[in-house]
Amino acid sequence: MSNVTAAGSKNGLLDPKQWLASTPDALRKLDPRLMWRNPVMFIVEIGAVFTTVLAIADPSAFAWIITVWLWLTVLFANAAEAIAEGRGKAQADSLRKAKTDTIAYKVASSAITSPRDITVTEVAAPGLQRGDLVLVKAGQVIPGDGDVVTGIASVDESAITGESAPVIRESGGDRSAVMGGTKVLSDWIVVKITQEPGASFLDRMIALVEGANRRKTPNEIALNILLAAMTIIFLMATVTMQPVAIFSKDWMAAAPDTEVLNASGVTGIVMVSLLVCLIPTTIGALLSAIGIAGMDRLVQRNVLAMSGRAVEAAGDVNTLLLDKTGTITYGNRRASEFLSVPGVAAARLADAAQLSSLADETPEGRSIVVFAKETYGLRERSAGELSHATWVEFTAQTRMSGVDLAEEHGLHEIRKGASASVIQWVKDNGGNPDGQVTELVDRISNAGGTPLLVAEHKAGHDAEVLGVIHLKDIVKEGMAERFAQLRSMGIRTVMITGDNPLTAAAIAKEAGVDDFLAEATPEDKLELIKKEQDGGRLVAMTGDGTNDAPALAQADVGVAMNTGTSAAKEAGNMVDLDSDPTKLIEIVAIGKQLLMTRGALTTFSIANDIAKYFAIIPAIFAAVYPGLDAMNVMRLSSPTSAIISAVIFNAIIILLLVPLALKGVKYRAASASSLLRRNLLIYGVGGIVAPFVGIKLIDLLISLIPGL
Amino acid sequence: MSTTTAGYVFIAAMIVALIAVYKPLGDYIYRVVTREKHRAPERFVYKLVGVKADTEQTWGGYARSVLAFSALSIFFLYGLQRLQEHLPWSNGMAEVPAALSWNTAVSFTTNTNWQAYSGESTMGHLVQMAGLAVQNFVSAAVGVAVAIVLVRGFARKLTDRLGNFWVDLTRITIWVLLPIAIVGAVVLIIGGAVQNLTAETVTQAGQHITGGPVASQEVIKELGTNGGGFYNANSAHPFENPTSWTNFFEIFLILCVPFALTRTFGRMVGDKRQGLAIAGVMAVIALASVLLVVGFENAADGTVPTAIGAAMEGREVRFGTPNSSFFAAATTLTSTGAVDSFHDSYSAWGGGVLTLNMLLGEVAPGGVGAGLYGMLVLAVITVFVAGLMVGRTPEYLGKKIGAREIKLASMYFLTTPALVLIGLAASISVPDNLTSMQDKGTHGLSEMLYAFASASNNNGSAFAGFSANTDWFNTALGLCMFFGRFLPIIFVLALAGSLAKQKATPASEGTFPTHKPLFVGMVVFTTLILVALTFLPVLALGPVAEGLF
Repeated sequence: MSNVTAAGSKNGLLDPKQWLASTPDALRKLDPRLMWRNPVMFIVEIGAVFTTVLAIADPSAFAWIITVWLWLTVLFANAAEAIAEGRGKAQADSLRKAKTDTIAYKVASSAITSPRDITVTEVAAPGLQRGDLVLVKAGQVIPGDGDVVTGIASVDESAITGESAPVIRESGGDRSAVMGGTKVLSDWIVVKITQEPGASFLDRMIALVEGANRRKTPNEIALNILLAAMTIIFLMATVTMQPVAIFSKDWMAAAPDTEVLNASGVTGIVMVSLLVCLIPTTIGALLSAIGIAGMDRLVQRNVLAMSGRAVEAAGDVNTLLLDKTGTITYGNRRASEFLSVPGVAAARLADAAQLSSLADETPEGRSIVVFAKETYGLRERSAGELSHATWVEFTAQTRMSGVDLAEEHGLHEIRKGASASVIQWVKDNGGNPDGQVTELVDRISNAGGTPLLVAEHKAGHDAEVLGVIHLKDIVKEGMAERFAQLRSMGIRTVMITGDNPLTAAAIAKEAGVDDFLAEATPEDKLELIKKEQDGGRLVAMTGDGTNDAPALAQADVGVAMNTGTSAAKEAGNMVDLDSDPTKLIEIVAIGKQLLMTRGALTTFSIANDIAKYFAIIPAIFAAVYPGLDAMNVMRLSSPTSAIISAVIFNAIIILLLVPLALKGVKYRAASASSLLRRNLLIYGVGGIVAPFVGIKLIDLLISLIPGL
Repeated sequence: MSTTTAGYVFIAAMIVALIAVYKPLGDYIYRVVTREKHRAPERFVYKLVGVKADTEQTWGGYARSVLAFSALSIFFLYGLQRLQEHLPWSNGMAEVPAALSWNTAVSFTTNTNWQAYSGESTMGHLVQMAGLAVQNFVSAAVGVAVAIVLVRGFARKLTDRLGNFWVDLTRITIWVLLPIAIVGAVVLIIGGAVQNLTAETVTQAGQHITGGPVASQEVIKELGTNGGGFYNANSAHPFENPTSWTNFFEIFLILCVPFALTRTFGRMVGDKRQGLAIAGVMAVIALASVLLVVGFENAADGTVPTAIGAAMEGREVRFGTPNSSFFAAATTLTSTGAVDSFHDSYSAWGGGVLTLNMLLGEVAPGGVGAGLYGMLVLAVITVFVAGLMVGRTPEYLGKKIGAREIKLASMYFLTTPALVLIGLAASISVPDNLTSMQDKGTHGLSEMLYAFASASNNNGSAFAGFSANTDWFNTALGLCMFFGRFLPIIFVLALAGSLAKQKATPASEGTFPTHKPLFVGMVVFTTLILVALTFLPVLALGPVAEGLF
């Protein structure tokens, strides 16, 4: 989706254009029926309406300034949400382009051998039902999600994945799933539709990034309850202050009436100002933007989450199940070491190993050639270069490959292959491999590697074993560090592999995973997930095959690969469009960052209250009890300017924190203790100090306005 | 040694004494409430009441039992007072008026012990012993039982069973409160407290002082953080609290169970450090509060205080200012309505801190049981806000704090501020009520605020000058006591129910650590911000304005 994100979000977060573009939406969101969903800001809106009425009834500069800023507070909150949604909308619009009115060509049976002379029924794509069969030819757009049942084709999936290289889709196997909106480039296929009408990937993605009908996630609901409770508490604190204020004013009857307090109590404008400053408006305003932006970050990384709940669960994950092949190790085994038997020079072994592998086109064979070149400086010879050579291909029967070189002294045969086969070959040619060879073989097997023997037979000599090639799974670079990071965050990693326990243990140790499941069947995987969950842990995994589906469904976070089968995609709660299993680690990070951002801004919002109290309480009551002026620690210039400054700060801080809400707080892998210390320092202590400074600065400016 | 130095030695000695009993007492309560087998005296009680002791209750069943028991207690206590002139050992006291009987019945059942009457001239020995003293035991036991249920909610998993109220009530009463009370009463008698059943009055040099079963009443009044005195003068009376060392002993009785319960909590959840952390939060707030009150009272201005180095108005000479201040802080930090000096006489700041102690919800260490559950609710809220900052759904002791948990915790912490603020605002709006204030203006406001803080938090002590014996205040404060006790209990039990149903998430490096000093600091901070800031406007117009006047 790189083509989309470039337009949507890479520009500056405080780009005035974004703010301008979001203004109509921000105004539309003032509708009380929409505001009601956000209780904190709804209260602010009611307050703004109230002060507007008061300001019209009894106009003063003070009343109007407060009124304007209260409306701005609400608008800033709406704009934050609109901007977050706007970034998603840009993506949705580009996705919609793929969702043109495709015509589907329905066929009656999948048993076709040629796309010509077939009776097809034309239907509009939205009219397709689950189970319908459609024919898609080169140049046509696939009308809906489904599985290929007949044929093979290259498909351009860039509309969904952003990846421009076409992929092969064919019937049967794990590459049968196709998505609506993608385009067949060559050949033809018959697709069996697996989606319900209007519930394709494209539809789900559009719904996800638009955020309009976003459902609140469990943690968001809980946070909303807490914010509502705090709003009620401060509402009570403010309202009940009035009789007490009247009582105090009555007792100190000689105190002059001011614009903030007179014989009938604290003025309405001031009451509303105090309330708005105390209730958690900062987090209330940004909460929904944080949630939308979190989903957006996931989409930007080409991960499609079926629900917000899954994203939160990702932050809570305790155990990651990672497939060995492709995730922890490169897909293929590689040569990592040449071990020569005593008496054979290392260079001789390397030379023989390379020569015997030149004709071996398997990835393992290639890796031997490359390893010899890189480690022993042996030039890679091409097979045609050695004219006197006869190449011996690898076959399943011989389990050996090699070369026969016609030299002056006769035939020089070199063989490389599985140990049993090579030993037999040596014996057949008069050699007698001794215990040292078996020892080398065992050593490599015990280390979890695969031993390949290299032997040669020169005319006139007995055949002899030169040494052993150590083939092993190569752990991707940086995996051990990533697992260590995960461990420091309290996340256990479990490697899943079909290897035998010995091999699995060796790789697990090298990769630094916490545990492994060897000779794993899909049932074992499911069992492991259930066991972890019974222990109260949340499990995340990736999978692509149909046999992964039960485990994907059971896992708390199941990420299906886009290349996988429809069954796998249906079962998981996320789909990775890049089909990169290591992305699970990033998904966890995004989930954590989302929760951290909420927590940080809530803490900041609550911590802000201290300074606001110190601004407003003395401003209201110092006229009655002059001693209370001692509470005016910021030495704000006048009661009205103190209140205005607090209200302005309260509004502006929303504006300033929008980028943080959209970007998320800085995330790094660390233990809970160190994350807590850091965030508490920045957002807790910072939340206490910032408003003291901010309100004072605003007051310095306000005090320049005459008459306030 | 100056009085001030002696005061600090007194405080230090108290800390040592509390640390000494923390482990043994906490472990003992743990054994009492978790023991499988029922002992003979318990079985006798169960048989008598007809309880199936091995059947555990759901939170709803437990709540119904608590409410039914409390309703019955109120009814019984009411009847006892109304009929006392027809019953033996009435000392010739007349029947107690209906409104006052009602107020007293609610007050003692809710562990508040707000006394709108003068003990020695209103209640006969039977009411004192069979009514008030019994409630001093069982209302305290109810508090502990509810706290234990909340702890079970954290400790258990995948169950809706939270224990049996009648078993908890019986065991806590007869194995925890009763033995300590018996020993304590003997200690107080040795110290000079009166214990007799005479209807006579001690007559000497023109004084008439009623005797009675004072020591036995006094000990449970402190131990159960009740506070209802035998005499009107409460613990300032020499028959209740004769010497400086009995004063020490009484403060010790007030504080020992609430602090030790955190150890019980740690044992039950299987991590003693968690208990220590909660005790740490309580200790930080308590120590700060005690030192502030002592400091403010020693530094009180005015001609006489300056001359003698401290404010002595309203204090007993045998206790002195620092020890009286300690007693005042200890009683307001817990839900003990006892006084050994008169809080109305405290300086603006000192009195303000006493009010704040109660407004914090009496959680440091709080009433027996009530303090622990109040503090755990605050810990839940702290974990929820700050716990998000580590990037996980907040969890406390392995339990996730989701929507339902936060809803119940929020309703808990909304209750008392609502009662105090609405009660105060409504009362101060009615001009007739202003005559109850002994002083006007800031100090008068402090008096009224204190009354509502005390009733809503089930403390029971009064700013002495305030005349609360009016129809309005009897009704309003009665409602505050009633709702201030039972609404939070229902919310806490529901919270326990919802926690116990969950699985337990094992702790890992990624878990928000709730046993470290950082967490202690955060709970202290949350308590101050969430609770104290709610009351800042009224505090500013009361104690703060008076202090800065």
